[in-house]
Amino acid sequence: MPQTVFAPWENPDEKPLIQFRNVTKRFGDFTAIDNLDLDIYTREFFALLGPSGCGKTTLMRMLAGFETPSSGSILIGGQDMAEIPPNRRPVNMMFQSYALFPHLSVWDNIAFGLKREGKDRGTIETRVADMMRLTRLEKFARRKPHQLSGGQRQRVALARSLAKAPKLLLLDEPLGALDKKLREETQFELMDIQEKTGTTFVIVTHDQEEAMTVASRVAVMDEGKLVQVATPDRIYETPNSVYVADFIGDVNIIEGRASQSGDRVLVSWAEGTTPLVAATEKHLSKDQACYLAIRPEKITISETEPDTANRLQGEILDIGYLGNISTYHVKLPTGHVIKAQSTNTRRIARRSFTWEDKVWLSWTDTAAILLER
Amino acid sequence: MRRMSSFNLVSLTLGLAFLYLPMLILVIYSFNASKLVTVWAGFSTHWYGELFRDQAFLDAAMVTLKVGVISSTLATILGTMAAWILVRTGRFLGRTLFSGMIYAPLVMPDVITGLALLLLFIGIGLDRGILTIVLAHTTFAMCYVSVVVSSRLSSFDRSLEEAALDLGCTPWQSFRLVTLPIIAPAVISGWLLAFTLSLDDLVIASFTAGPSSTTLPMKIFSAVRLGVSPEINALSTLMIGIVALGVVIFSIISKRAAVRQQMEEQAAVRT
Repeated sequence: MPQTVFAPWENPDEKPLIQFRNVTKRFGDFTAIDNLDLDIYTREFFALLGPSGCGKTTLMRMLAGFETPSSGSILIGGQDMAEIPPNRRPVNMMFQSYALFPHLSVWDNIAFGLKREGKDRGTIETRVADMMRLTRLEKFARRKPHQLSGGQRQRVALARSLAKAPKLLLLDEPLGALDKKLREETQFELMDIQEKTGTTFVIVTHDQEEAMTVASRVAVMDEGKLVQVATPDRIYETPNSVYVADFIGDVNIIEGRASQSGDRVLVSWAEGTTPLVAATEKHLSKDQACYLAIRPEKITISETEPDTANRLQGEILDIGYLGNISTYHVKLPTGHVIKAQSTNTRRIARRSFTWEDKVWLSWTDTAAILLER
Repeated sequence: MRRMSSFNLVSLTLGLAFLYLPMLILVIYSFNASKLVTVWAGFSTHWYGELFRDQAFLDAAMVTLKVGVISSTLATILGTMAAWILVRTGRFLGRTLFSGMIYAPLVMPDVITGLALLLLFIGIGLDRGILTIVLAHTTFAMCYVSVVVSSRLSSFDRSLEEAALDLGCTPWQSFRLVTLPIIAPAVISGWLLAFTLSLDDLVIASFTAGPSSTTLPMKIFSAVRLGVSPEINALSTLMIGIVALGVVIFSIISKRAAVRQQMEEQAAVRT
């Protein structure tokens, strides 16, 4: 099969654009980044995702040159960045606060970096005009930042950071200040611009939906470590830990003890219940503690007992109606509350379940993910 | 408009009278034709003409202006640097001592400052003249400048400087092209404050001045000791006029800027 999918990280001959090698960053007693290794490739849209304080912003600031690693090295395009100050790096950053220069017009803000490079007037004018067309800012060239709305400021910040055509663009929570609708629009715009310019983007965000939408790969971070680095679909469908499964999207976690036969594991999870079945490639020892992670949309909800590998009966506790889908909270006799989702293909008056109904929950043996931690 | 109660009206009148009645009398008597200050003999601008023919006063005014411009410029540069160190360098050995020493001259009596400087100038054998007054004024005015500038700097968004570095500025360029234009209003107020203080100072100047470097306040003070002349009244009226004009222009400019900014922000929200 010819390779048409963009996946440089699977090609061993591909040289990464950015390499973190055993990077540690300490602030006093606090370790922000803990012995981290990471490769990011040219033309990637790479997302650093994690709760606040997980070290994702520190990682980005080290790439820009505002922080230096306590130990280890960072390479961009094969060159060690240790001695290179921020103004000499082939990197530009879009700040969370946008950091637009309040005393300069939109045009001068965008031209700022080009002027520092000592480009001639004509080149600067063409480049700024290109950037303003790309970000649809032509009408606002003469305005000052305080004369712009939030969305326009965000576009100026983007245009300014792209103007010098950096090898690498860093985006620190770029859409945090926008409202939901504008944020979603802008996500697609960002992807579009990334594709057009062919720049490598590294984005820091705490919004998992945003990371999933824009990124070619997502790195989930926790306490200065990378927990998992993978494509959005693999992060979602095959998380490597309860932390990742729980951080990305909605999930039901059932704790139990394993007994394995071949590629199937029986998980005993509560007294007096049938063990749950899950297919896995992992090898677990007998009675090893393990977790089953099941996404709510993988669970079918029905009135009569189905003929599926895993089935449980319970009572509807709560219904969350979101228009397109509904989330049912179902209480099992064991006390567990399981979330199940179903698409509302019918109009509201004809929906089949309501509060306190007895229902069956079921899922196949491949729907659940078996996790060891 | 709301009607004022009689109590408020009385306190307003008394307050204004307390502040401005002396000045009003001074202004009125500056147009007195008589040589006797306290006897009104009709309106005349005679003393203004007399003032501009008096070389000693003109020399003193020149000295004051020179000292004021040079010392407030030096004080602004040094004060801004001190503010930068205080706000930006974080912790360093002796920081508390340094910040204490920056603010101490604000509360130090002028007599002490003047005497200390005089002893220093004698000690190092520096001839007293315009230079020594400039040095003395720079010393105490830079503290005021650093207070004004550091309050602006501490609310300054650091990411603006990082953005400048990120876009290819050296640290000096980022200061010159981004930080300085943004803190400029504070730096300018610092300069104006330093200039006013220098213009106003009598005590420190008396200690540090030499024979050929009499400032205007010193000249006025010594002239008054020989009796208040209508010429002094005219001079003081001119100074009041200049200061009042400066204040009015400055407040009109800043008021207009504020109104314009507000209107533009509203316009931005609409589009």
